Amino acid sequence: MSLDLDTAAPPGGGGDRARPARAAHRRPASLTRLDLKYSPYLYVLPFFAIFAVFSAYPIGYTVWIALTDRSPLNATISFVGLDNFVELLTDDPQFWNAVVNTFGMFVLSTVPQLLLALVLANALNRKLRAQTFFRMAIAMPIITSTAVVALIFSMIYAKDFGLVNWLLDLVGLGPIDWRANRLASWFAISTMVDWRWVGYNALIYLAAMQSISKDMYEAAALDGASRRRQFWSITIPQLRPTIIFTLIISTIGGLQLFTEPLLFTSGSGGISGGSEGQFQTITMYLLDVMNTRFRWGYAGAVALVLFLLIALVSLVNYLLARRISSDK
Amino acid sequence: MSVPIRRRRLAAIALASVAVIATASACGDDSSETSSSDGPVTLVVDVFGDQGFGYDELYKQYEAEHPNVKIQERGKGLGLGDYNTRLTQQITAGSGAGDVVALEEGTIVQFYAQSDKFVNLADHGANDLKGNFLPWKWEQGTTPDGKVLGLGTDVGSMALCYRSDLFKAAGLPTDREQVAALWPTWDEFIATGQKFAAADKKHKFVDSATNFYNVVLMQIAGSGSGHTYYDKSNKLVIGENADIRTAYDLTTKMISAGLSNNLQSFSNEWNAGFKNGTFATIACPAWMTGVIKGQAGDAAAGKWDVAKAPGNGGNWGGSFLAVPKSSKHTKEAAELAKFLSSAKGQTEAFKKVGNLPSSPQALADPAVADSTNEYFSKAPVGKIFAAGATDLKPVYLGPKNNAVRTAVENTLRAVEQGKSAAEQWQSALKNGAAAGK
Repeated sequence: MSLDLDTAAPPGGGGDRARPARAAHRRPASLTRLDLKYSPYLYVLPFFAIFAVFSAYPIGYTVWIALTDRSPLNATISFVGLDNFVELLTDDPQFWNAVVNTFGMFVLSTVPQLLLALVLANALNRKLRAQTFFRMAIAMPIITSTAVVALIFSMIYAKDFGLVNWLLDLVGLGPIDWRANRLASWFAISTMVDWRWVGYNALIYLAAMQSISKDMYEAAALDGASRRRQFWSITIPQLRPTIIFTLIISTIGGLQLFTEPLLFTSGSGGISGGSEGQFQTITMYLLDVMNTRFRWGYAGAVALVLFLLIALVSLVNYLLARRISSDK
Repeated sequence: MSVPIRRRRLAAIALASVAVIATASACGDDSSETSSSDGPVTLVVDVFGDQGFGYDELYKQYEAEHPNVKIQERGKGLGLGDYNTRLTQQITAGSGAGDVVALEEGTIVQFYAQSDKFVNLADHGANDLKGNFLPWKWEQGTTPDGKVLGLGTDVGSMALCYRSDLFKAAGLPTDREQVAALWPTWDEFIATGQKFAAADKKHKFVDSATNFYNVVLMQIAGSGSGHTYYDKSNKLVIGENADIRTAYDLTTKMISAGLSNNLQSFSNEWNAGFKNGTFATIACPAWMTGVIKGQAGDAAAGKWDVAKAPGNGGNWGGSFLAVPKSSKHTKEAAELAKFLSSAKGQTEAFKKVGNLPSSPQALADPAVADSTNEYFSKAPVGKIFAAGATDLKPVYLGPKNNAVRTAVENTLRAVEQGKSAAEQWQSALKNGAAAGK
């Protein structure tokens, strides 16, 4: 719903358009025609110029480079056709390891993130003391830098002097080597992602909740529906479009997860994502291939396959969204 | 806000950005025209590492002697990996690199393939300086087709740094001669570690498996095959080179004896390990003394000492200075590189950050040879490190040495985390081959 605002012309738009027509009386008709015909293109030109330089050209170049063996170590560039893609899809366990990690961390972070956001938003939707303070407070993590969050969480999850292991030790559980164990590392990284994004999603849910008509709740209360019942039978169905929106945003962010797992290891070899690649994501693998192994052509192929993967998941999301909205 | 206004504003922003980009590139064009050598010249020197290269005094001196030259240094505090990634992109793109750039021993081979992007320093009289460098160092800085790519700065001659206070508490000797006598070989080093571990449950003997492994490998390869993961024809021989297996097995033996502190080298935890004094020894190429001093800080002054390393000496690390062709002032840059890598320059860097000179003249200079390091309990570091440096044989490192090394290091970290050493060796072979592809 809120997305539509950007594209729909506001009611006042007509008045705006009338003005140039009146001014045209003082100019030759041909110039006016030219102005009307071409100036819109001129207005959009800067965007497309920048798009061409910073998006279209790199995308085209990625496609080209993925079909070559380009590397700074090779004096010449030779065309290798689809070899890079064949190797990537059939003979590269490290790539598939990165795919599994990425999807694993995506699920592990997104599900609790959205659930928690819903619960928080529901709590904040009630009458509270210092309401504004709490609403502001949950949004605070968004303005922190991802790198700083990752660095601090890395210290919290440090093996020897970390806060979490110290707490575990207090309650009598042994310390966990958070970087050695695959699930432990996924969990740790997911908490970083969630700490940063729960508040953002909660705020979006809260905004949507406040647009739900109070009459519905009053009617339900009169009928004797409990708070819980109201939440599941009124709030959730009314929030569906918003939930789909947050799901799509989380998908795009989740599949490109990079900074948190990268900075989870400090020192040398961070891009490997753990000693056995326990938390190496696809984007990290991409940079590993490009910057450590200098296989630029192959890195191009990884980038394109990542693009296709995101497109695929987005398609699934879209179909899901369509089904849910037709349920309504 | 109505949509048209918003769009207009966006367009204005976009137009403004285009204008900024255009002017920025125009500026770039301008500066390329001022390549005359008479006008004031700013030379950018790219270095890496937490301590930098210790050149500050040398810059001041050079600027005083050459009033038309201003020197600007970048990269201090940047890790080698990040530095090298950036440099590779800059060299390939042909812009953005400094006028003088540092190349590390493990990465210079990668730039042999791009030697056409660097100034052949022989064109600037570098061949006359050949005698100023150890023969093997000179050889490493020269491409297979005879171009002088880089002038040597330092070598990573090896010793062992140890905490004498922890040794004393564990009932081990503390005198550096007696300590060296404890470990003529690496096996005896591990045996000493076991004695230490029996007496001291609180501290570990070694900082990490990877430092240990790299030092052992470079040493064994230096007196053995003369290469590591790649042979001299750049063929990946990770499975065939017995030196790698020997170093790997020694390392896993050290880990299974429970001696490693399991710290990822150059990580925050590793740094904290120095500060908190959690380990008693660290394999110590000359440049490591600067790292220890920087990380352990004043509180640990006098607690560290240096002894001869087990085995036959060896080299790990050390750098070169090169001049990319993209520099607008290649002549001045080459002169600066020659100055910084001169015997005098190397001596000065040694005094500042402990990087051992690669020049025989500097090594013989009393300022190096007779030097003691206050921080390391007045150890005669000049004598200890220089001892093996002159008659070392170079170890050839292939173009993707760092990628393969990282893959192998990761398997050792997995062993530290409790995975099976035999399985991880198989992973090392497999991942090493994938990384070297």
